[in-house]
Formats: sequence, C-alpha cells, structure tokens
Amino acid sequence: MKYHTQALAYPYFYAALALFFVQILAGVLAGTVYVFPNFLSEAVPFHIIRMIHTNALLVWLLLGYFGASYFLIPEECEREIHSPKLAWLQLGLFVFAALAAVVSYLSGVHEGREFLEQPLWVKILMAIAFTVFIYNVTLTVLKGRKTVVSIVLLLGLWGALIFFLFAFYNPDNLALDKLYWWWVVHVWVEGVWELIMAAMLAFLLIKLTGVDREVIEKWLYVIVGFSLFSGLLGTGHHYYWIGTPEYWHWIGALFSILEVVPFFAMVLWAFYLVYQSGRDHPNKAAMLWSLGCPVMAFFGAGILGLMHSFPSINYYTHGTQLTAAHGHLAFYGAYVMLNLAFFTYAMPALRKLQPYNQVLNMWSFWLMTGSMTFMTFTLAFAGVLQTHLQRVLAIGFMEIQSQIELFYWFRLGAGIFFLIGALLFIYSALGPVREQTTAAHRS
Amino acid sequence: MAEYLTKSAARNIFYGGTIFFLVLFTILTLHSHYYIRNVSTDESTLTEAVARGKHVWERNSCINCHTLLGEGAYFAPELGNVWVRYGGRESAEGARMGLKAWMRAQPTGVPGRRQMPQFNLTEQELDDLIDFLEWTSRIDTLGWPPNDAG
Repeated sequence: MKYHTQALAYPYFYAALALFFVQILAGVLAGTVYVFPNFLSEAVPFHIIRMIHTNALLVWLLLGYFGASYFLIPEECEREIHSPKLAWLQLGLFVFAALAAVVSYLSGVHEGREFLEQPLWVKILMAIAFTVFIYNVTLTVLKGRKTVVSIVLLLGLWGALIFFLFAFYNPDNLALDKLYWWWVVHVWVEGVWELIMAAMLAFLLIKLTGVDREVIEKWLYVIVGFSLFSGLLGTGHHYYWIGTPEYWHWIGALFSILEVVPFFAMVLWAFYLVYQSGRDHPNKAAMLWSLGCPVMAFFGAGILGLMHSFPSINYYTHGTQLTAAHGHLAFYGAYVMLNLAFFTYAMPALRKLQPYNQVLNMWSFWLMTGSMTFMTFTLAFAGVLQTHLQRVLAIGFMEIQSQIELFYWFRLGAGIFFLIGALLFIYSALGPVREQTTAAHRS
Repeated sequence: MAEYLTKSAARNIFYGGTIFFLVLFTILTLHSHYYIRNVSTDESTLTEAVARGKHVWERNSCINCHTLLGEGAYFAPELGNVWVRYGGRESAEGARMGLKAWMRAQPTGVPGRRQMPQFNLTEQELDDLIDFLEWTSRIDTLGWPPNDAG
C-alpha cells in the first residue's frame, strides 16, 4: 500500500461484508418461507424479508465500489484521496441510511416500487452521500495522473449517481412509472455498473498479471464501449409488455444478443492476459475470483439473460421463476464476485500482511459458486415447469406453486450452503490469520 | 485486429458511440412516453382514485410478493389482469365485491399455503386500490399475459 488514504477502503469493506451477511441471511429466510409458508408470516412477512434481501445487496455492492475506489484511485492517480474526512462522513451517512432503511422496513414503513423502497428521506440521504463521494474522488482524479482505469471507473460512478435521480420521479401513470423505473434499474446493472466492473477488473488484472497497461487499457475501452452500446438500447427487453410501443420487440431482441458481447469479451480478456503474463502472483485466491467473475457473469448475466430476452419466448417466461434464476446468477457472477475478488486482492495490503488464509478463501469460492450455480439450475427448472403449466396450460398460479415445491427445497438447501460459504469468506478475510504466504514469494 | 485499432481510436469509438446510443435511447424513450400517454393507456380515466390506489399499492409494497405486468417478486399471483380474472369485464360489481372479500379474509391461516398479511385497508383504500387495478388491466400490453392465469 503506497498511499495511506488507501486504508479508507478498510472500513468500507467491513460495512460491505456486514451487509453481505444480512443479505444472505434474509435470502435464506425468504427461501425458508417458500417451503414453510407459515414461518414468520405474522412477525416479518415475506415482502419485508425480500425488501431487505434486495436492498442489502444493492447497498453492500455500492459500499464495495466505494471502498474499491478509495483503494484503487490513489494508486492510479499517484496521489492521496482529496479528503479522508469527507470519505468518513460519506461512510457514516451511508451506513446510517442503510440501517435506517432496515429499521424502517421492519416497522412496515417503506415506499412501494421494487428495489426503490427506501423512504424518501433515506433516498435523499443516500444521494447526498453519493454526491459527497463523487466530489471527493473526482477532485482526486482531476488533480492526479489520469489513467483509463480511473476515468472509466469515474464515468461509471457518475452514471450511477445521475441515473439514480430517476428514482425520484414517480408518475401516477403506471406505464410511465415503469418506463422510467428501468432507467434506474436496467441502466445501472446492464450499463454504468458494467463500467465500474470493467475498471475494477482491469485494475486487478494489471496488478495480478503485470501485463502492459497499454494493452489492457485499449481493450478496456472496447469492452465498456460494447457495454454501453448494447446496454442502453438493451433496456428494450424490459419494454415488451408494459404499454410501450411494439418496436421495442426487435430493438430489445437485437441488443440483447449484443449484450452478451462485453461479457464474453471480459472472459477472453481476463484469460488471455493471465495466459500472456505467465506470472505466478502469490495471491492465488484473488486470481481465482478475478477469473471466476467474468466466467460466471457471462453465464448468469449473458447467456441466461439472452435465453429469455426474445419477445417470442419472453411472452411465456416473463415474470416466472426463470427471471429469478437469471437474476441470482447474474448478480452473483457480475457484481458479488467482482467485489469479493477486489476484497481478496486488497485485504492483505490493508491488514499489512502477505496473502493469507488462501485455502479457506478458495473453499468459500467453490462453496458459494457451486451452490449459486445449483440454485440457478433449480430455479430454472422450476421456471420452465411454471411457464408450461401457467402460461401454456393456463393453470392457476397457486396450484402450480405446490407442484414445483421440490425445487424450492433444493433452492433452500443451496441457500444454506451459500450462507456457509459466505461466512467462510468473511472469516477468512476478517478473522485471525491461519497461514500466510512467505514474503519471498511475493513479486 | 490489434494493429488496426489504436488506444485513441478505441477511446473515440467509446465516447462517440456512447453519445450516439444515449441520444437514440432518449429519443425513443420520449416517443414511448408520448405513446403511453396517448395510445396505450387511457389517461382520461386516470382519476384521483386511481392515483390514490397506486399509492395504496406502493405503501403496502404489494410488488414484493405479487407481480404487476410481470414485474415483481414471483411469490404471489400476477395482478395486472386480476380484474379480468375476477370477471370484472362481465360484472364490475361482482369483481369488486370478490376482491374486497378476498383481501378482508387474509390471512387464511391455512397450513402449508402462502399467507397474505392483513393490511387493514379502509373501505376507501380498498375501492381506490381496485380502481387502480381495473385501470391497469386496460393498459395495452400487446396481448400479455397469454391467458387469465396471469
């Protein structure tokens, strides 16, 4: 760690991992309600559990990006973060907002648009904290060395803040509401977040492989170009059945195919660079996560998303368990694994250690990745059956749910294994050091 | 390909292309906005009651169990066409009474069946919510969902 303000990442990663735990716990509870419907139905009904599950995910991923930015930007820009005090203020505001949201949900106070359930004042607080962050990192980048990695990261972060502002627009016309709701939800995860992802991955690859920055950065432009060219009009695949014009059918289909390109390019990019370098970086766990992330993102976000993005298929599969299957693997592959890769890379430096607890960390990789893949399969099978029974044979929703219950049991099992994997990761990252690579191996 | 594409060319394609697609996306969204307001939804019947009903829908976060036009939580039935499923097109009064009776009867407490909480909506809130669902059922969704099961 060359710059002492990089240490700002540490408390952010702590907060992120704490919320990661909350997210997974809520996920397991929700999975339990699927098989024991009376469980918690009075105390904490399903809709509250799910709200915590999805919101905790979004907030911890953001905290991960913030922390990663504070770690990455000083090294890229070759200077300290503009104001460490503002970074702490931002963390305080954000964590307070997250806790306030959870308490508020548990007491039944929330707004009602999916993923944007935060009460208005919490939304405002989050936007303020985000603005403080943008101010802080933008000034740092402007004053320092400008690299493609830091510029692309900054563009992604600016985009995330700007598109979040659509969360404040909620027209009475439901179709209009949905039209702009996707400007937050889709443009975040299939647009500007991909810029953040590609920039963080580029940084990890530069550090882990030692390949020439020029080569990595050129392809970074190509990848993020594909992300935005395909991702913006790719929003069209959400505009099939909500009162929007029919031309979105072919726009959505065409650009959904193109949306696979940046994910596949990231796989090729990562593996090619690692192959090229031939270097044996001592942090093998970070390498494993950095290669696993694009692969799982390609399958989860790319392939599984594409599979039901054609209007002729989506007409039958829209809003079934297939969507849930795709959503889980896409978020895990693209953004959860990205953050865990970054934590794995940065934690040794933040704790002033050589890479440590690598075996435990890699166990957590296989446990989480394996169980999430299994969960995706079970939900996909459930979704295919549901599609046939409900959309083709026109059998009622509740009747079908009892017929596909077996898959929900498998899903709960997968969720419990995922929870164990997540705890293992948290323990290996934050817990006592059981083993450490010797300094001599470090290049 | 690597020799033909320099870093600055890649950068220019990225910025140029992004601006192009952002402008295109904005134009199409504005057109869709116009289309929604004038063609696919009936704003002349978007009454105060429908708007209040949407707030009832949101305040109780129905979306985190149900789906509405296919978007939501997949834990409970689709409600974009619940008005049609309850026979609202044939008998508006019957559908209204049926929906109210259903919501008032929750939770069923039947073991092994998913439980809908009791939200204790007032008569006014129930009427507003049903007005909202009725209005929603008339959005032109290009024939989705495929059948009444939603």
